[in-house]
Amino acid sequence: MSKKIVKVWMWPLFLLMLSIVINLSSGSVYIPLEYIIKTIFSNTTIEETWHYILFDYRLPKALTAILVGGGLSVSGLLMQTLFRNPLAGPFVLGISSGASLGVALLVLGSGLLGGYATSLLSGPWALVIASASGSFLVLLAVISASSKITDAMALLIIGLMFGSLTGAVVSVLSFFSRAEALQKFVFWSFGGLGHLSWTAILILLGCVLLGLLIALVSLKSMNALLLGPKYAQSLGISLKKSTFLMVLSTSILAGSITAFAGPIAFVGLAVPHLVRQINETPDHKIMLPSSFIWGSIVMLLCDTVAQIPFSSLTLPINAITSILGAPVVIWILMRRKNLLF
Amino acid sequence: MLKATDITMGYNKGAKQPVVLAQHINLSLKPNQLTAIIGPNGSGKSTLLNTLSGQLTPLAGIIEIQNHPLQSLSNFEQSNYISLVLTKKEFSQHLSVIEFIELGRIPYTNWLGTLGPEDHQAVQNALNATNLNDLRHQKCGTLSDGQMQRVAIARALAQDTPIILLDEPTTHLDFAHKAQTLKLLKSLTQNHQKSVAYSTHDIDLALDLADQIICVNSGHLNTGTAQEIIDKGIISQIFESDLVRFDNKTRRFSISD
Repeated sequence: MSKKIVKVWMWPLFLLMLSIVINLSSGSVYIPLEYIIKTIFSNTTIEETWHYILFDYRLPKALTAILVGGGLSVSGLLMQTLFRNPLAGPFVLGISSGASLGVALLVLGSGLLGGYATSLLSGPWALVIASASGSFLVLLAVISASSKITDAMALLIIGLMFGSLTGAVVSVLSFFSRAEALQKFVFWSFGGLGHLSWTAILILLGCVLLGLLIALVSLKSMNALLLGPKYAQSLGISLKKSTFLMVLSTSILAGSITAFAGPIAFVGLAVPHLVRQINETPDHKIMLPSSFIWGSIVMLLCDTVAQIPFSSLTLPINAITSILGAPVVIWILMRRKNLLF
Repeated sequence: MLKATDITMGYNKGAKQPVVLAQHINLSLKPNQLTAIIGPNGSGKSTLLNTLSGQLTPLAGIIEIQNHPLQSLSNFEQSNYISLVLTKKEFSQHLSVIEFIELGRIPYTNWLGTLGPEDHQAVQNALNATNLNDLRHQKCGTLSDGQMQRVAIARALAQDTPIILLDEPTTHLDFAHKAQTLKLLKSLTQNHQKSVAYSTHDIDLALDLADQIICVNSGHLNTGTAQEIIDKGIISQIFESDLVRFDNKTRRFSISD
């Protein structure tokens, strides 16, 4: 039993601490590790530029990475349980594309609307609402399709189709929009963790906490759904209510994260699957917190990799998660016996 | 225990006229009684089970469980009376046997699904009754069909309901495992006062073991003990085919020459 606690909780928490420290100490300016640990855990003053870099850039970035990685993994877990499919995830099912569409409508479309609307639609909240409602709408469409189609593969293809559909609408929008707006959108779509203000982080934190809270409330029905929808219903679980809550939670999580950090691929898909292999149980009481922790670790490490050491260049985070994530998904598919829900 | 009075069984398909599979159905499931639902393919065995379990609302008539109308019970209240055993493998293959059975306790646990001492006792009793103690930590994905059927029955036992409904529990099983599963169901009715109803294509086995036979065929339901059903000639007319023949003496089907 204690061996299990070490494997499921102690190791990941230790790795999380380690990746936070590694993440904080990596970047274009070299700050010695002992200074970082000293400043975080005590009030010793260090060089002002270092203090600035640490508290106004690296710490917010690390916090964003934790929220983004953890939140995306939890939303992937919710989707995999809801669709009973190990390949479900915010990206594959077109939810991220829906969020993109929302943001595109806001960023590219507001230019077409003129001055007053633009001022009304700017600010971090507008971005979150646009993105979350985009993902919510696509999820609802996928859900309504899934009520008619039981074949999981067909559902994934429908998700992909929604993805290309929204992609096409985004293309049309970009064709008609001004260069500045287009550039803004393209930069957003690269994904990024480093540009968030403390206010934006607080909003993101609030959204992620809300999403996690809703997921926590659905914990029991998620476990019942492990038996399949018919069994769950026979155990007194309301399918309508639990599906709605899980969709709501996913769109808040994936929507808000995509709004601030851009469409980040593969984390939501791959992490819950890896965690299931490590924990050797699908029980959501363990899977939910565990997915959050592992998602944070993966995101922190991806962000560290994205920083090219001792240079001011940072690779787009979306490229890194894809480069690392795509092989993982291929690996899952190759080991066919593990392609099980 | 469960009583269906003058129900019309069928389902609404889109905006068209409802599809009626059988009318004026009267039947009852009693404690200590094993009921087999038999009938040719497509006759409505599964629809009948779905109607009795409350998943499908009857088009007319009333179903009562211990004098409560089924329709007036919420999903949650129904879960205290009826547990299901399904054949379709829609569950997570990563679940271990014990986790699968523990999920049967969901109606009794708090919002997190934490098991108390009573719940652990119920799960242990279910493991004992189905002889699954050795397999408790195996993953469901690695079990044989026969073992998985016992796990599903154990889950229903853990749910601790007076009625257990099973959807074709003997399909995909070899003859020995069919017998084992049916013997287990019979023992549940005898030793645990359950009322068990199952649909099946293994008519001869049902005639051997079941206390009550419900035969669904071309819109009609016939209910009775095995002997009554055979004497009425219902079994020999069940298949509209010259290829199979039923022998009233040996109570077995065979292929005609």
